[in-house]
Amino acid sequence: MTEALHWIGGGLVVIGSLLTLFGAVGVLRFPDVYTRIHAASLTDTGGATLALLGLGLISGLTPETLKLAFIWAFVMLTTPAAANALANAAYGSGHKPRIGAFQIIPSDAPRETDPEDADRSSSQ
Amino acid sequence: MSEFLTHFNYIAVVIIMMTGLFIVFSSGNLIKRMIGLALFQSSAALFYISLAKVTGGTAPITLEAASEAGRALAAEQVPGYVAQHGIDGVVYSNPLPHVLILTAIVVGVATLAVGLAIAVRVREAYGTVEADEINAVSRIDAAGLQAEHAP
Amino acid sequence: MTGFAVEMSAALNVVLLLMLVAIGLAVAHTRNLLTAILLMSVYSLVSAAWLMVMDAADVAFTEAVVGAGASTIILLGAILLTRGATARVDWRAMVAPALLAVITGGLLIYASLGLPEFGDPSSPANAYVGRMYLERTGEEVGPHNVVTAVLASYRGFDTLGETVVIFAAGLGVALMLGFGPRATLAPAPEKMGDHHVVLRVAAKMLIPLITLYAFYVQFHGDLGAGGAFQAGVILAVAVILYGLVFGLRETIAAVPVKAARSVAALGVMLYAGIGVICMVNGGAFLDYDYLFSPQVEAMIPANLLGDPHEEHHWGQHFGILFVELGVLLTVSSTIVTIFYGFAGRSIDAEEAKR
Repeated sequence: MTEALHWIGGGLVVIGSLLTLFGAVGVLRFPDVYTRIHAASLTDTGGATLALLGLGLISGLTPETLKLAFIWAFVMLTTPAAANALANAAYGSGHKPRIGAFQIIPSDAPRETDPEDADRSSSQ
Repeated sequence: MSEFLTHFNYIAVVIIMMTGLFIVFSSGNLIKRMIGLALFQSSAALFYISLAKVTGGTAPITLEAASEAGRALAAEQVPGYVAQHGIDGVVYSNPLPHVLILTAIVVGVATLAVGLAIAVRVREAYGTVEADEINAVSRIDAAGLQAEHAP
Repeated sequence: MTGFAVEMSAALNVVLLLMLVAIGLAVAHTRNLLTAILLMSVYSLVSAAWLMVMDAADVAFTEAVVGAGASTIILLGAILLTRGATARVDWRAMVAPALLAVITGGLLIYASLGLPEFGDPSSPANAYVGRMYLERTGEEVGPHNVVTAVLASYRGFDTLGETVVIFAAGLGVALMLGFGPRATLAPAPEKMGDHHVVLRVAAKMLIPLITLYAFYVQFHGDLGAGGAFQAGVILAVAVILYGLVFGLRETIAAVPVKAARSVAALGVMLYAGIGVICMVNGGAFLDYDYLFSPQVEAMIPANLLGDPHEEHHWGQHFGILFVELGVLLTVSSTIVTIFYGFAGRSIDAEEAKR
């Protein structure tokens, strides 16, 4: 029984880590700030939930499990609030979401007023 | 090659330290220089902690419940090794460098704040935090002062 | 000698160190100061994970709290007051520093090959005084966490020095940024719209929890990872979070500037005062075995901490408790003072006057 729980828990930790990795890829590949925030925060909470659940299964009914539950509650409270604040700040500083069919923008085309991108292109 | 593996930590620490040194020397911006110094300082911390690690060791907390993991770790190893280097059947890492670095990190952030405060005052006095521009401004000031005092 | 766990920890060590090297190089490469600061925050988190692999639980805790929390906020406050990215540097100007770094690094790597192997239990650093602390702490001092015992008792004088340095640094920042025409409070930001409501609600829920957690870390330091330095920074971070979300005016109404400054001095005084009491009772400076005179020690009930049969070092126990309290007061109020210094300064006061 314990052995089976260990395997299930380990599998959940691996799936959670993979989910976080996909989130990181999303942050790099998505086109604008809002989708990137979406990728980061959603996979963060999901990945952390799965990983903590897996760790809880491995440790069984111990005080450690209670601590893991606290950590989970904390992550669930902070990550969405941080994502909200980030999106708020991005909206406040004039980032526009890219709406419509996705198209590849030629690299020599003038960029939109995106401070981050502007800085990056000037530094190259 | 085996020396590379057994001394990998020290080599990585030296690379990070030299990165910090390079930032301090190559960048004229005072804030960037403070970041370089922070990196340099952090590499010293990494070096101390690397020295303190004992193979197969566990955190130096001798609580009965907490050392359960330490006992499991010790059980994986050759009994002679544990008997020679362990205490009470558990191998611990060295706590002394941990103490030194723990206080050094908090002192480091306090001194970093002092450096940044100086940078802020420099910005207020000269209007810039670039070392070259500060030098240019002081040179102009000095030239103006000499011209005033010239007979 | 190498079990699965040992090999895994060696692999984690290599991977995390390579990540640290990569982040360090990225900091050197970027010209954007904001990027550099955020990368330093990431660097601190990764190095906290690495410190856990190195069994340095207390240091990992400190690094996570200080590096990712306090120092990032201070650096952000500083670039807000200095404005601007780093100027472009001609590549020819970088040749000399790069050459110097490569030569020095090569010499250091060559020298480091003479160091004892990584993880060697019988190296001079690990075999003598470090091992002695581990063997004797249980009977001489008491706390289960050897790091706390060494920090507060064996090396208490050293820690007093560190506390004074932190206090002096806070004093320095207060003197440089705390006075003058620009230190007047920046005009209150226009009334926050409803779009910050999520942040405010989350902060209201979190701040009491963070404060409670700081005290848990403080008083649990004898048993597990934690202690006054970490707790002090966590307590300060709770105040800073309040300041970031609700504005500086409200924060100063709750924690006045003068209170923060005097509490920092009070902490150092408490620490040094414990040392003086030990001297008055006939011991050396900070020798907690002499903290209580024998009459006072006889009055302490044997079952104060549960089991009456277990032998307790009451002087050591209370000495560490009071000393850590002093460190908590100094560290937390110093970081709050530093935050007030940077946050309360307005860059445009003089420029607006012109």
